[in-house]
Amino acid sequence: MKIHEYQAKEIFSHYSIPVTKEIVCYTTEEVCSAAEKLGLPVVVKAQVLAGGRGKAGGVKLARTIDAAREAADQILGMDIKGYTVEKVLVAEGVKFNSEFYVGLTIDRNTKSVVFMGSAEGGVEIEEVAKDNPDAIHKFAIDPDLGMSPFFARKIAFSLFNDFSLVKQAADLFQKLYQIFLDTDASLVEINPLVVTDAGKLLALDGKMNFDDNALYRHADIEALNEPTEDEKKEIAANESGLTYIRLEGDIGCMVNGAGLAMASMDVIKHYGGNPANFLDIGGSSSPQKVIDAMNLLLSDKNVKVIMINIFGGITRCDDVARGLVSALDQMKVTIPIVIRLSGTNAEEGLKIISDYNLPTVKSLSEAAQEAIRLAKLVS
Amino acid sequence: MSILVNKNTKLLVQGMTGRDGSFHTAKMKEYGTNIVAGVSPGKGGLIVDGIPVFNTVEAAVKATGANTSIIFVPAALAGDAIMEAGDAGVELVICISEGVPTLDMVKATAYLKKKGVKLIGANCPGLITPDEALVGILPGNIFKKGNVGLMSRSGTLTYLMVSLLTQAGLGQSTCVGIGGDPVSGLYYQELLQLFQDDPETEAIVLIGEIGGDAEERAAQFIKEHVTKPVVAFIAGQSAPAGKRMGHAGAIISSGSGTAEEKIAAFEAIGVPVARLPIEIPILIKKALKID
Repeated sequence: MKIHEYQAKEIFSHYSIPVTKEIVCYTTEEVCSAAEKLGLPVVVKAQVLAGGRGKAGGVKLARTIDAAREAADQILGMDIKGYTVEKVLVAEGVKFNSEFYVGLTIDRNTKSVVFMGSAEGGVEIEEVAKDNPDAIHKFAIDPDLGMSPFFARKIAFSLFNDFSLVKQAADLFQKLYQIFLDTDASLVEINPLVVTDAGKLLALDGKMNFDDNALYRHADIEALNEPTEDEKKEIAANESGLTYIRLEGDIGCMVNGAGLAMASMDVIKHYGGNPANFLDIGGSSSPQKVIDAMNLLLSDKNVKVIMINIFGGITRCDDVARGLVSALDQMKVTIPIVIRLSGTNAEEGLKIISDYNLPTVKSLSEAAQEAIRLAKLVS
Repeated sequence: MSILVNKNTKLLVQGMTGRDGSFHTAKMKEYGTNIVAGVSPGKGGLIVDGIPVFNTVEAAVKATGANTSIIFVPAALAGDAIMEAGDAGVELVICISEGVPTLDMVKATAYLKKKGVKLIGANCPGLITPDEALVGILPGNIFKKGNVGLMSRSGTLTYLMVSLLTQAGLGQSTCVGIGGDPVSGLYYQELLQLFQDDPETEAIVLIGEIGGDAEERAAQFIKEHVTKPVVAFIAGQSAPAGKRMGHAGAIISSGSGTAEEKIAAFEAIGVPVARLPIEIPILIKKALKID
């Protein structure tokens, strides 16, 4: 789960990490009065849950109230990577000498939280990683030791020469690590962290992502979630035990297991078709889950054919067949369905659906090719 | 021979009296796995289906000599359950639970490493040495004893691959589901080394998926340390960027972690990569020079 810059900085502020003075605004009028309150110049920044807002023109410096008004008019309502800008952050303009990148994330290889720091702040860290990987200092944090004072100092000395800055940075890194642990974050980032003309460290920007698996113990953070329309559908699916991600194609897929669901999409693509979604109905599937899954697939108007691929392990094919049959009895399904059942109780499952005159196939490749053929016939 | 589990495995089940725990305990027992104990705090002293239940893992290990533990507890309790098993002195822990917070896994993997205990999972289907021990939720009937070692980040995709291998007459030495989470126990490198050292394994199937760079690292490891033939499959060739594809670890971020990069890394060192699951048995037969 992601949150906005202003929300991340509120969390930073709560841990006494210095951030810019700033006000969230929803209208142009609010932006003008915020600029008056903060004093000029100000920076007007789009608050959207997508990266690359700077390149999209979502960040503007305003030296006058008129300029602030113009920036607000341009940015509010702007579309950035499919997200409409509904709010902006008006922040004090700050004079600074140098900019740094600091961040914490999970490292799969060392199985620990890793600190990343770079003197090349202010640009996208992924670009630095590509062009000049040596410019990024990485430190894996021992979970037993945590961000102890010496460790924070060691990191700080790798980025700063001035001892006053080292002391400020070490303190800030310890706080940042504490935030990471306290909130079950998956990413905490300050880019840029600047050294002001007064010689103080200041977070000009802030970014936080959270571990979805740990949201159950952070109701306060979960409350900040702002799902898009597609994400709302995904969340609703999750609540019925399904994992759903909408895509652009026309072949609706229902599969058990994430890996098999991905492989099914791959096989469809391989034969020249386009999957309409990723849908994992999970293990131990009750007939109700299949009914929910059918409803979800049919709610997507792009879907021209449904391909069901089940490999019974914990999931029993007869349960899936029963769910499918009651779904077909309950709702009006006018589009073709291709079914492949194998594994646990496959024969019983095929027997249950035999009265419904649905095409059944033996292999995943056959299923994909048949689904593609039917999708072409429909269109 | 085989790796990690065999006839000498003495298994204890953490969370044995729960819904999933009891269901799969029965399945494992039916397969022939030697299950010696269950652990369920507050239910010590019970005997369930002939298996004694203990309050703590430590008590279960002391009384039965269990050397392996499988975990079926809810995700919120799983990190602690892994550490309890590590503390009690088993040699191998398998965590089936899905949805364990990443920081809990960071703590648990570090603790087990310190104790010298091996971990598989979390969020995995477990492992099987056909005809000897099933430790997990895999459907036992699709496996066949043989010489192909298999490791995978996915459950049902593994079942599909195994049934294709079995249908083609290719049996398996051991099949391991390593799980789909970003931070988990044994990974490709450790398992490649175990298969390399196992005299019974003649060829290795590696089933990867999008996200992270574990497959790229595995390719490097194979180049340097593995002389047995390896074939691979990567799920998620058609996955969009930035979306978590069911598994918490299966996400393409900022253009890295893609299937193309992983396929290229394997092919660069001469590991053939199947584009379709049905190609896996064909590639194995080619590698082993079987007609």
